[in-house]
Amino acid sequence: MTIAPEMIKWEGTLEDLAHLVSPRALTGETVLLNMGPQHPSTHGVLRLLLELEGETIINVVPDVGYLHTGIEKNMEAKRYEQAITMTDRMDYLAPMSNNLVFCLAIEKLVGLDVPERAQVIRVLMAELTRLNSHLVWLGTHAIDVGAMSMLLYCFREREQILELFEIVSGQRMMSTYIRPGGVWRDLPPAFMPALERFLDYFPARVDEYEALLTNNPLWIDRTQGIGIITPEDAIAMGLGGAILRASGVNFDVRKAMPYSGYETYDFNVPLGIHGDTYDRYLVRIQEMRESLKIIRQAADRLKKLKGPFRSENRKFVPPPRSELGRSMEAVIHHFKLWTEGFKAPKGEVHVMIESPRGVIACYLSGDGSNKPHRVHFRTPSFINIQAIPMVAKGHLIGDMVAIIGTMDPVLGDCDR
Amino acid sequence: MQPKRDPVTSLREAFPDAIQEVVEFRGETTVYVTPAALPEVARFLRDGDGLLFNFLVSVVGVDYLPEQPRFAVAYHLYSLLYNHQLRLKVRLNEGEAVPSVTPIWPTANWQEREVYDMFGIPFTGHPDLRRILMPVDWDGHPQRKDYPLGYETVQFSFNFDEIDKNKPYARE
Repeated sequence: MTIAPEMIKWEGTLEDLAHLVSPRALTGETVLLNMGPQHPSTHGVLRLLLELEGETIINVVPDVGYLHTGIEKNMEAKRYEQAITMTDRMDYLAPMSNNLVFCLAIEKLVGLDVPERAQVIRVLMAELTRLNSHLVWLGTHAIDVGAMSMLLYCFREREQILELFEIVSGQRMMSTYIRPGGVWRDLPPAFMPALERFLDYFPARVDEYEALLTNNPLWIDRTQGIGIITPEDAIAMGLGGAILRASGVNFDVRKAMPYSGYETYDFNVPLGIHGDTYDRYLVRIQEMRESLKIIRQAADRLKKLKGPFRSENRKFVPPPRSELGRSMEAVIHHFKLWTEGFKAPKGEVHVMIESPRGVIACYLSGDGSNKPHRVHFRTPSFINIQAIPMVAKGHLIGDMVAIIGTMDPVLGDCDR
Repeated sequence: MQPKRDPVTSLREAFPDAIQEVVEFRGETTVYVTPAALPEVARFLRDGDGLLFNFLVSVVGVDYLPEQPRFAVAYHLYSLLYNHQLRLKVRLNEGEAVPSVTPIWPTANWQEREVYDMFGIPFTGHPDLRRILMPVDWDGHPQRKDYPLGYETVQFSFNFDEIDKNKPYARE
């Protein structure tokens, strides 16, 4: 069959990738195999071009961009408070972390203070998000390497976290709960009893996961010694979060550059030794326990801590509806904020926080108008997928799913 | 361990000609350097005593149309050892290139590809400068300010001419 010239342009050719595979691939001595974009264990639409010699992986060429939706470009056309809704849709397993980094960037840019109760609620939500994300990671990672039942158990517990999100924001996943200056609304009365039930129920479930996996010989066979990352490589590749810490590098943004009052909570940063898939599993399981400790402390504080749940600065935060009937000032602020929005000064800020997947950073540049001039998210999945070729070289093709699972990519986060 | 040093004064001593401007905003320091000096400055910041910016957080392209020079590339550096941050920034015009920092921080590889894809800024010395998020045959660079946001025909295999007719993408 002859191929029309415009089709060749459309598909791209192997010559474009010749510098990324060995010369033997072009003569047919080694096999080139496409994994994805519809492969179930690539966690989304990730395509990997594998070069194989027998079953051994020689080269990997990741291909991303299938989920590119132009979120950063779209944000430039939206007002600051409208743009928050788009951050939920990037990393759909950690929406609150994305809300948080964008709101922290806005607050830094305009110089807005956040009351203490809002800070505590934010920490609580960020840690619940970490549990939510780690549960999906554990379930999908385990089912990828053959532990079917883990997926069902993890999703059972995750459903409870999503119900907590629904109680506070009305939405299970796309919550947009964290807003500039605080949070959208105060915690409803139903929230604390539900959180208590969850905190009573969940710690024993983490023990159950460990009972199923940690000493399981099949799990150890599939994960120990697979995908070793040295600390030097991890830093050079910009990896963050549990992947960096499993290699023994003690870097957690919550400790190094505390935000939202993380310095006042008592928690440990678990570290690994070998930097392999098994250590990353242990680190993430320990992180879930540490998150539970933070949630417990935050819940105790919220019981005592009364006060506003968002800033009283009416130039940036709309007044409560109860004020609209009695105050002309409030009506004016309400009208201005919901039609024109607030203006941010000319300048640029950069905020890093610890998302469940690693370091997420937001670069926000204002130009004096009510819309961002440029928003850029340094998303952890994008950086982590970049490291897959380095990690996977020399492993068997069957270990590829374990390596993808342990890097925990979310393709919406990667492609934005 | 060497004591921590102030990156701006160290840079001013080591590269008096390359530093164009230093801006402080909201507690963040931005150092503007000339594109030609970027590799030496970056290497100095990564390896210099008391600096050790070993973690490149992000590479961000910005389009300041209608300002001149039009584009900027910002590098956000962080030191795991000394826990300090710095923003390096280069300004450049349409058609100019920036030296790649991928040999210094390997994590810059994909981030520079993203900047190239979104803004059309070429990076000299980059090992693999291809589009990364957009399709290989895409016309234009979507994050430029003169690239329209919406109202574009959806691309299918054989409607290039029709799209071309309606599309006011960045032409010179």
